[in-house]
Amino acid sequence: MTLKSLLLGAAASTVLSPMAMAERGSDGHVGIIYWQAPSSLNPYLSGGTKEIEAASLMLEPLIRFDPTGKLVPFLAEEVPTVENGGVSADLTSLTYTLKEGLLWSDGTPLTTADVAFTAEYCMHPEGGCAQSHKYDSVKEIEVVDDRTVVVHFKEPQPYPYSTFVGNQAPIIQKAQFAECLGARAPECTDANFGPIGTGPFVVTDFRPNDVIQLEANPNYRDPDKPAFATMTFKGGGDATAAGRAVLETGEFDYAWNLQLAPDVLANMEAGGKGKLVSAFGTLVERIEMNMTDPSPDLSREIRATREAPHPILTDLAVRKALSMAIDRDLLVEIGYGQAGRPTCNLVPGPEVYASDNTDCLTQDVEGAKALLEEAGWVDSDGDGVRDKDGKKLSLLFQTSTNAVRQDFQALIKQWWSDIGVETELRNIDASIFFGGDAGSDDTFQKFYADVEMYANNFDGTDPQAYLARYRCGTEPSPSSQWQGTNINRFCDPEYDAMIDELAKTADLDKRSELAKKMNDVLTKDTYTVVPLVDRGRVSAHSLSLGGVALNTWDSEIWNAADWFRIK
Amino acid sequence: MLTFTIRRLVLSIPTLLFISLVIFLLLNLAPGDPMANVPITVPDEVKQRMREALGLGESVYVRFYKWMVQFFWIEPQVLIDHYFGTTFSEGKLRVISWQTRSPVMDIVVQRLPQTLWVVGMSYVVGVLIALPIGIISAYRQYSVFDQVGTFISMLGFSVPTFFTGVLLIVIFSVKLGWFPSIYDTTLVVNSWETFLAQLRQMVMPVFVLALYNASQISRFMRASMLDNLNQDYVRTARAKGLSEKVVVLVHVLRNSMIPVVTVIALGVPQVFGGAIITEQVFKVNGIGQLLITSLQANDLPMVQTLTFIFALLIVLFNLIADVLYGVLDPRIRYD
Repeated sequence: MTLKSLLLGAAASTVLSPMAMAERGSDGHVGIIYWQAPSSLNPYLSGGTKEIEAASLMLEPLIRFDPTGKLVPFLAEEVPTVENGGVSADLTSLTYTLKEGLLWSDGTPLTTADVAFTAEYCMHPEGGCAQSHKYDSVKEIEVVDDRTVVVHFKEPQPYPYSTFVGNQAPIIQKAQFAECLGARAPECTDANFGPIGTGPFVVTDFRPNDVIQLEANPNYRDPDKPAFATMTFKGGGDATAAGRAVLETGEFDYAWNLQLAPDVLANMEAGGKGKLVSAFGTLVERIEMNMTDPSPDLSREIRATREAPHPILTDLAVRKALSMAIDRDLLVEIGYGQAGRPTCNLVPGPEVYASDNTDCLTQDVEGAKALLEEAGWVDSDGDGVRDKDGKKLSLLFQTSTNAVRQDFQALIKQWWSDIGVETELRNIDASIFFGGDAGSDDTFQKFYADVEMYANNFDGTDPQAYLARYRCGTEPSPSSQWQGTNINRFCDPEYDAMIDELAKTADLDKRSELAKKMNDVLTKDTYTVVPLVDRGRVSAHSLSLGGVALNTWDSEIWNAADWFRIK
Repeated sequence: MLTFTIRRLVLSIPTLLFISLVIFLLLNLAPGDPMANVPITVPDEVKQRMREALGLGESVYVRFYKWMVQFFWIEPQVLIDHYFGTTFSEGKLRVISWQTRSPVMDIVVQRLPQTLWVVGMSYVVGVLIALPIGIISAYRQYSVFDQVGTFISMLGFSVPTFFTGVLLIVIFSVKLGWFPSIYDTTLVVNSWETFLAQLRQMVMPVFVLALYNASQISRFMRASMLDNLNQDYVRTARAKGLSEKVVVLVHVLRNSMIPVVTVIALGVPQVFGGAIITEQVFKVNGIGQLLITSLQANDLPMVQTLTFIFALLIVLFNLIADVLYGVLDPRIRYD
């Protein structure tokens, strides 16, 4: 930045500040409580949500998502598109122009060298970068001048917004992290615990898994923000305690992700110190059907692989009947309250991608029974369980250990027994179930069960990679060390063709049409995935905290700079 | 006595090495994955690269050897450097936590003050309450005092801290607003006000833990006193014409302390271990909370180091208890 622009900026801020509503730091202190404590402030080393969100107070991406899922420029001047020339016509490059006069919190200017360095840091093969999938498509980062940077892709990207976009891929300072590349990344404790950023706050003290103390960034680009001079970001405890601290005792101003029973939350809100806010993203609690036979009688090489098709669940009528028997409204009421809504879609949002598929919303026990009768599943021996060709309609239903999930399991077991399906329930500790340890038989990837329930979502607003998870050949199997995304072992060449087509389509209308079609293939056409609940996010803030805009597409506290104290 | 102490100290070395091996193997055999908390939107290949960056690709014995070198050789050097300003440990790799990617011992040192303040204070308070209650309860067996004391200690012993803790929060934080429900670990005591604030935030966790500790120790004290009160030497002392005060507080108490000292001494390592549940309830974020979050995150280096430190303290305080027997009872000699 030149002296001239500095002086101009200073002059402008003196003129403008009396007009502004609040001055920087005029509203004192604000407290945030996350019941999961961040263990680091480097989002590239820890992929956890808690670390990414805490870091979003300091580190910012070039562009990010607003609460409606729309991209908004942060450090970049505007969102590059094909129309404004930011995205090349052949979709292989993306040009960002940085805002003028950006400063790091230590007062040095932010340049495109920092942007290029961020990519180098995360793309280093030995760094173990948790966000490297955001940089996978990058061929080269070309620095044109101090404010212009071009991202060249390996191949055309119909949806190019992943590198430097959103809370997972913020810009870090080259000067601070230059010595921390690759295997040396963990050695830079000071940098990982107090990254210099461009965001509204600066770390003054970081205690891993406990508390972060922050103060307003003196060099933040909006001279009137943030309104708060200091911030405490406390972690630890449980969701109940966090809710209590905001809604009942008023010790904190903002509590993150209150996954609590609806009646517990309602009681807390009656405390009168704060209020609940909720928003929906793409997180869907679903039942996944196993298309392969998980029977322990099979040899290890073919158990739960495509060589052994499932004896019962390959029958579409069975899968459809299982879905029809479920009362999704009741599940929402019991498990999530205002933080959930029934859904039949794998991609429930953003609106442009959400299919109008609602046929599963009404429970139809009689219809399910009729469907099974018709398909030849009858209770021939009178034990209450249907059978056909000597195969009993008996399923093993697994999920992770979690109070709501166990309630759901019990309810679903009841509904399924109403239609003559016997269910054995199983729950596995979340760290093992989601752990991905190829040696364990209890992971969700290995899927040694007939059906399983969990929740998944996708980053950002574009479902392309998410829908591509169901490609034939990407299923976990012994040859892939049980890694893979196609958990159901779903295999349909037509679907794979649609994946390829989506990867080539840039036009938004066509993309949306295709994505909806793919969603319908997986859900209402084949019942491979049986969505149950579109899970929203419920957080709470004190009545005196203003400016909160809950965002499920990006960091929840993405706009902490705009927060203020209601007087 | 000195040779006994030295012999025991030397013997404890193979014991501790064996313990560290057992802990390491148990932790490695247990199922779990440090990447389990990474969102499932992160691709598996990325998780695999992250695991390799943590050193998980290496074989078990290489990792055990590395941990041994880091813990027994490099960490002491760091300590020496810290106190004497030397540079022995410069550039050497310390025990690194998988969650935070920072040295494990730095976090332990950061967490100790909270734990020692809250859990240590509750232990001291608990012992100070328990001893007199135990003595009086035994001396006046089946009196009203004894009955009330028994009732309260049974209550303290049987009601879990996650219940008493939350009950206190609901009454004193939510309804009355007297004490904070969340412990501020960053509070620096440097004035009268901050001292009061520290006192206020310590009241509830200390009370919960002290009640539990006091119940336990007072029962031991009472039982041990009762055993001794009916002994012949007590009758002799009384027959000699000694005052009741001398009989009870000198003759009986000293003899009764032997089993109680073991209980108290063996409870001290638990102080350093923190109080997992109480720390979680009041958000004290000390060693107990560190251990439980590390377990949840499968942060093996952290869990390994913490459990080993506990093992070390237990071995050490066992020895201290043995030495204290000799001090309390001159007849006990180990040489």
